[in-house]
Amino acid sequence: MSVEAKNLTFSYEKETVLRDLSIRVPEGEITVFIGANGCGKSTLLRTMARLIQPEKGAVLLSGKSISELKTKEIAKQLSILPQGPTAPEGLTVEQLVKQGRYPHQSWLKQWSPEDETMVENAMEAAAVTSFRNTPVDDLSGGQRQRAWIAMTLAQGADTLLLDEPTTYLDMAHQIDVLDLLHELNEQEGSTIVMVLHDINLACRYADHLVAMQGKSVFAQGRPEDIVTNDMVKQVFHMNCHIAADPIFDTPMVIPYGKGRKPYGAIAAAEAE
Amino acid sequence: MKRHTTWRTRFFSVQMDMRAIRRMGLLVLAVLAACLLGPSLGNTMLSPVTVVETMMGSGSGANEFIVNNSRVPRTLVALLTGGALGVSGLLLQGVVRNPLAAPDIVGVTGGASVAAVAFMTFGAGAVSIQWIPLAAISGALLVSTLIYALAWKKGVSPIRLILIGIGISAIMSAAVTFMIIVSSAVTATDAYVWLTGSIYGASWSDIFTIAPVIALGLPLAVVFSSSLNAQQLGDDTSAGLGVRIQVDRIVVVFLSVVLAGTAVAVAGAIGFIGLIAPHIARALIGRSYGALVPASACTGAILLFAADLIARTIFYPVDVPAGVFTAAIGAPFFLYLLFRNRNHF
Repeated sequence: MSVEAKNLTFSYEKETVLRDLSIRVPEGEITVFIGANGCGKSTLLRTMARLIQPEKGAVLLSGKSISELKTKEIAKQLSILPQGPTAPEGLTVEQLVKQGRYPHQSWLKQWSPEDETMVENAMEAAAVTSFRNTPVDDLSGGQRQRAWIAMTLAQGADTLLLDEPTTYLDMAHQIDVLDLLHELNEQEGSTIVMVLHDINLACRYADHLVAMQGKSVFAQGRPEDIVTNDMVKQVFHMNCHIAADPIFDTPMVIPYGKGRKPYGAIAAAEAE
Repeated sequence: MKRHTTWRTRFFSVQMDMRAIRRMGLLVLAVLAACLLGPSLGNTMLSPVTVVETMMGSGSGANEFIVNNSRVPRTLVALLTGGALGVSGLLLQGVVRNPLAAPDIVGVTGGASVAAVAFMTFGAGAVSIQWIPLAAISGALLVSTLIYALAWKKGVSPIRLILIGIGISAIMSAAVTFMIIVSSAVTATDAYVWLTGSIYGASWSDIFTIAPVIALGLPLAVVFSSSLNAQQLGDDTSAGLGVRIQVDRIVVVFLSVVLAGTAVAVAGAIGFIGLIAPHIARALIGRSYGALVPASACTGAILLFAADLIARTIFYPVDVPAGVFTAAIGAPFFLYLLFRNRNHF
């Protein structure tokens, strides 16, 4: 199933956030949106997930406009994890994950064998089975995020959208969550689209990087191909030095501003 | 121990919490017990056997009047009204995701009070007081529609609904106070009794008003329970799961308004049942709305029945409005909830 945005325009009140933006999400790959605060990356993701309606343009699922599809049908193909979701007090991990089956349930079919298998598999995949009976609000940040991801997995959609899934997490938990998504992509072939703030983690985990600037897509492609000094300067309004990540060989952006005088060979080269 | 039991046939599947089912059974038994107890207790104590005999038409003439014309309708009205208020409160708390919400915040009580008191003040003598319930429910519907419309901004968000509801309710209570001040002392007393909420003088026609609303409203509430379950995860997450948030929200709020509006039309502005009943139900049954709907109905029914029973027996021959007792339990309970939720607001 392919996800495509066509000529999207969206404004909050009078301020235009997206202007005539088109993008095609590569199937079976990890796509990451990056950009400065307020560049519209979350708005784009939320529009793709039909949480907000564009003024103009359309989001297409396998060529069909989502505004013409039933919302439950969309939910079977596309799941979304919003930014900073909150669970009601006392809701256990298992109860949360079970909610993921909502689009597959009906008045008469409330708990099918498939529902049960999908919930078990989702908890297994996100490694939350061992604390299935723990209330979500008692978990650590990383575990909590994994529980929410398990809920979206139970939905059984092959495309997963995540709005800043690593925000508010410490470094170890960020890696933990991104590894889980990477694994899903590798093993299940899930298409993953997410917004990330950390450009270095974005470069490491993305197959397809989308840099947004000026209400539209500034550059997109493999991180190795598009991450340049100039791109970072245009998108983040920031000077940087780009090195190869010594472990993964993906681009590593080292920003610099006014703090602490640069030294060494690179500083000398940059100064010229 | 396995807590859940699953039933499946080819076309049907459901998972039930066994403990919840057992407790639900006890609640239903309690309601049935109230049906017998209500007509038995009072100034003239009757045995349940006598009550059943009288209801079957083989009792003495004096008992027949007490049981069939007074105590049975009163018991049934208390149970049905309490049930309607309980479910109404549950639905509203579910929609706004706030445990402190009650039907009052969407203007049911405010609208009904203004309409009823205006009716007593300006329509007294000119129009039959039998029309008060109709005036009350019209007022309730009108004001809640107004609140919902004012809260609308590309859809209704719970917090906007609450804030606008509080504002409009304040205006409504000012209007009620104004009308009471300008009206005669007799009318003012009537108005106060109505505003407190009383089941005194309940009749069979009251039952025929509220019974159909319950009969239709409860199953409809159960239909929307899975949507309410999902809505507890927040607007974005539930929309992502395929909940038609704005459509479901407007239907559930409307259902809540009709249930509470009918209850208020029949029994006056009885407070706090809609707030407390869902909490007791949650403590007993858990968090699944499918089970909470019948449980809140039973809990609300028992609460109002108990309040009315105390109101009409303990201070006999004075018939204290049942609303006094629901408020006496409800107000401290509200403070307790505020205290318990202090870290969440």
